[in-house]
Amino acid sequence: MFDQLLQFIISGITVGSVYALVGLGFTIIYNASDVVNFAQGEFVMIGAMSAIFLYGAGIPYPLALAAAVAITVVVGLMLEKFAVEPAKNASVVTTIIITIGASIFLRGAALLVWGKDIYGLPPFTKDVPISIGSATLLPQNIYVMLGTAVAVLLVRYFFDRTMTGKAIMACSCNRRAASLVGINVNRMLLIAYGVSALLGAVAGILVTPITYTSYDAGVMLGLKGFCAAILGGMGNSMGAVAGGLLLGIIESLGAGIISSGYKDAIAFVVILGVLFFRPGGLLGRADSERV
Amino acid sequence: MRRLGGLYILAFLFVITGLMFPDSYYVTVVGVTIFTNAVLAVSLNLLMGYAGQISLGHAAFFGLGAYSSAILTSRYGVNPWLAMLAGLALSGTVSWVLARPILKLKGHYLAMATLGMGIIIHIFFVQADWLTGGPDGLSGIPGITVFGWPVNTDLRWYWVFGVLMLFCIWVSLNIVDSRPGRALAAVHGSEVAAQMTGVDTASVKAQIFVVSALLASVAGSLFAHQQAFVSPESFSFFFSIELVTMVVLGGLASTFGAVFGAVLLSLLPEFLLVFEDFEVLIYGAILMAIMIFLPDGLFVTTSRLITERLRGGEAS
Amino acid sequence: MLRAGKILIVLCAMVLLCPGRWAAAADTLKIGSFLAVTGPASFLGDPELKTLQMYIDKINAQGGIDGIKIDFVHYDTKAKAKEAKNFVNRLIKKDRVDVIIGGSTSGNTIAVMDLVERGRVPLISLAGSVKIVEPVRKWIFKTPHTDRMAAEKIFQDIKSRGITKVALITGNGGFDKSGRAQCLALAPKYGIEIVADEKYGNSDTDMTTQVAKIRATDAQAIINFGFGKAPAIVTKNIRQLGIKLPLYQSHGVASKKYIELAGEAAEGVRLPAAGLIVADLLPDSDPQKRVLLRYKHDYESKFGPVSTFGGHAYDALFMVVNAVRSCGCTDRAKIRDGIENTSGFVGTGGIFNMSPTDHLGLGLDSFRMVEIKNGNWTLVK
Repeated sequence: MFDQLLQFIISGITVGSVYALVGLGFTIIYNASDVVNFAQGEFVMIGAMSAIFLYGAGIPYPLALAAAVAITVVVGLMLEKFAVEPAKNASVVTTIIITIGASIFLRGAALLVWGKDIYGLPPFTKDVPISIGSATLLPQNIYVMLGTAVAVLLVRYFFDRTMTGKAIMACSCNRRAASLVGINVNRMLLIAYGVSALLGAVAGILVTPITYTSYDAGVMLGLKGFCAAILGGMGNSMGAVAGGLLLGIIESLGAGIISSGYKDAIAFVVILGVLFFRPGGLLGRADSERV
Repeated sequence: MRRLGGLYILAFLFVITGLMFPDSYYVTVVGVTIFTNAVLAVSLNLLMGYAGQISLGHAAFFGLGAYSSAILTSRYGVNPWLAMLAGLALSGTVSWVLARPILKLKGHYLAMATLGMGIIIHIFFVQADWLTGGPDGLSGIPGITVFGWPVNTDLRWYWVFGVLMLFCIWVSLNIVDSRPGRALAAVHGSEVAAQMTGVDTASVKAQIFVVSALLASVAGSLFAHQQAFVSPESFSFFFSIELVTMVVLGGLASTFGAVFGAVLLSLLPEFLLVFEDFEVLIYGAILMAIMIFLPDGLFVTTSRLITERLRGGEAS
Repeated sequence: MLRAGKILIVLCAMVLLCPGRWAAAADTLKIGSFLAVTGPASFLGDPELKTLQMYIDKINAQGGIDGIKIDFVHYDTKAKAKEAKNFVNRLIKKDRVDVIIGGSTSGNTIAVMDLVERGRVPLISLAGSVKIVEPVRKWIFKTPHTDRMAAEKIFQDIKSRGITKVALITGNGGFDKSGRAQCLALAPKYGIEIVADEKYGNSDTDMTTQVAKIRATDAQAIINFGFGKAPAIVTKNIRQLGIKLPLYQSHGVASKKYIELAGEAAEGVRLPAAGLIVADLLPDSDPQKRVLLRYKHDYESKFGPVSTFGGHAYDALFMVVNAVRSCGCTDRAKIRDGIENTSGFVGTGGIFNMSPTDHLGLGLDSFRMVEIKNGNWTLVK
């Protein structure tokens, strides 16, 4: 039984790492602009798809990956510039619909550019399973976990230690005050979208050798990332990471111990339970409303 | 008269269209889709537009109504109207039980909770195949009879759904102008302020949540009989999102805005068909464009503009 | 509020007055189709549509079916039942087609069956479920092998290997679920015990949890019913966990894409499939070989690797063509009779012999058990 549990948890952490990266992307954009970006999952898909096609076109693997990340960042910047910035004063629901429209648009574009086939990416190193007891994992699983850890630490460093990162945080606290102390708020928003797209692309590249991808693969990941961000407490970046890992593990344990058919329902029941008792998520503060 | 004017005009239009084009595909088939979506959008607008509570799980109540009717009539031969009542009882209970804990949440957390509720119910439809027929759905749902008048043609369904839509709009207009409606508006404005003036905000929100679930449930029951078939994907999270889009696209807190949004989003795919592979792309682009340039919604913005223009004309 | 109403009137009137109907000339056959060209089942609908369009163009270029030209109307359902229902309504009422080919998925087909029966239009479905032709409905036919046939073929093979304990892992789609139901129902007949019954969501990205549960049972073989990327992930997960048991897939993965995605992990996987994917390997005496190679050549010279799914559309189209040719008309009822009288028709799926009690007309022998070796299909003798 212990071996089984170990396998469940390893699976959960692999899947959860991706949720964590997507959730982190949600959080960064939310912090900078109060927008919940429902096109976040599309970044994952675009990163993975670009990598596949660049690699397929004969570009060396590492270079193809780097270029794919760059392409996704450009898409993120364009999203901010052409869809979010013009609607600066829109209400929360309106921005939600805008980002939903953007996600549909990006999916449609991916459909036109890459077609509707399913694609895979070769693993970074050879697929030789590694055993821990009777639980096994692939080298790629380890890359996913390590990649996520590195990305999270870098994001942490960026927001805690660099001037730009702090400036973005300042925008999230109070946009007007930030602009009064000389921060270029628009530029900061743009950077936030770029960083968020970058995280999405990294997640896509890390995980596609295991999970494959297609033009519509972003929807589900976006949804799960949103769950991760909410579970951890919207706006708390470490909360999103914890939420993502937790969500992956809950799904895996739910499938392994209770019922694989209802595993997603189990995960949502847990999320609802958490929200009923902690309306601000696990690590979030319950906001007091301004009157 | 002024309050219900729009309703009368809509009713007139509905009757005329039905009489003039009884064979048109757009009237009978697309018309029914439009009316169904309009009922759902208007009921969701009660919650979103007037009470200011977002719900990403509205399709679930539509589904509960549909499956209650489908299962009871096709498997157990229950009278369709009794089955509809059973659906109402189920949706009412579920919404009543969930209302207080869910509506205690705010903003994105509320969105998440309603989304989760919708997805859980949807997973149940898919997985409980012994009851719901699973992803292949349930077929063989009988038709209905209204006071001895069998609803057995597309045109007759057009009349049934049209009347349901008008009823729903009437309910919505009345609620908005009633005492609870004003309480709702107060909740939307500032919940704390509403509480200060003695509005039991939790109770008002819960009531409106239940009313909106009940309306969706009725639509679901009729939808099941009209389609003679139900399957889970009609009640998925994507449909919930589409409903929210209808409400916002038309303009929040406007009953006719919701109707308009429903008309637009039901017709758009029909017209985009010619673009084939570009359909998805264009659909997304239109959504974005409307919300960027008319953040208050297409219907609300245009009708405001037209009203101002007319007023301006009268004054000069 | 009054103003609002006025605007509504104008807009509604604009919408409703859009005309959209034209009558077909008497000497054209109007074929309608509703296929899942995009969305989760696009790997079915896409080759199906390409096949239909290619051959219809060909037939028209050669002067039609004995002078009758084909007019083709197509809609993409995205595999959504509600869309399928709307489009079939449109095909029957607005486009007034003479015959319908589609839908790609069982769910799409089942959703429209009542409608088609009421509209009295012959329909040939390209979907797998046995529910489409059992019980027989007057106007509804299908060309692909049923999920029940797939389950029987797999169980026969399993039994011949002396295996009695089997683990099942299936997705949450219609194809997966009805395949699972057939497996559960047929297992006792073959003396097979189902020792695990695991499920996953079709958009899931990792199934090691479910596979680990199977590993802990005493199963001697694993059956996976599903299509799309999930079966490829399951295949990889099974090998990742070091499970050496025989793995059976369904005809849902009978395309090169599966081998490409699952890579080395697909080695040794067996599945029942129509003859198309192993056309080259068939003996020359096989009556299907010529038809298969011709279709394969036609398709591959235009679009790339062939899949059995496009073949189902080929079979449906030529069944219709034969029916039209034999009556020399485009009358719905006569075309229906013609399809029902199909006998000895050599298609890509097998040799079809329809009858009033059998609206599929294929025997179990039309399914071949194939095994993947060195990244290619081989016939299991």
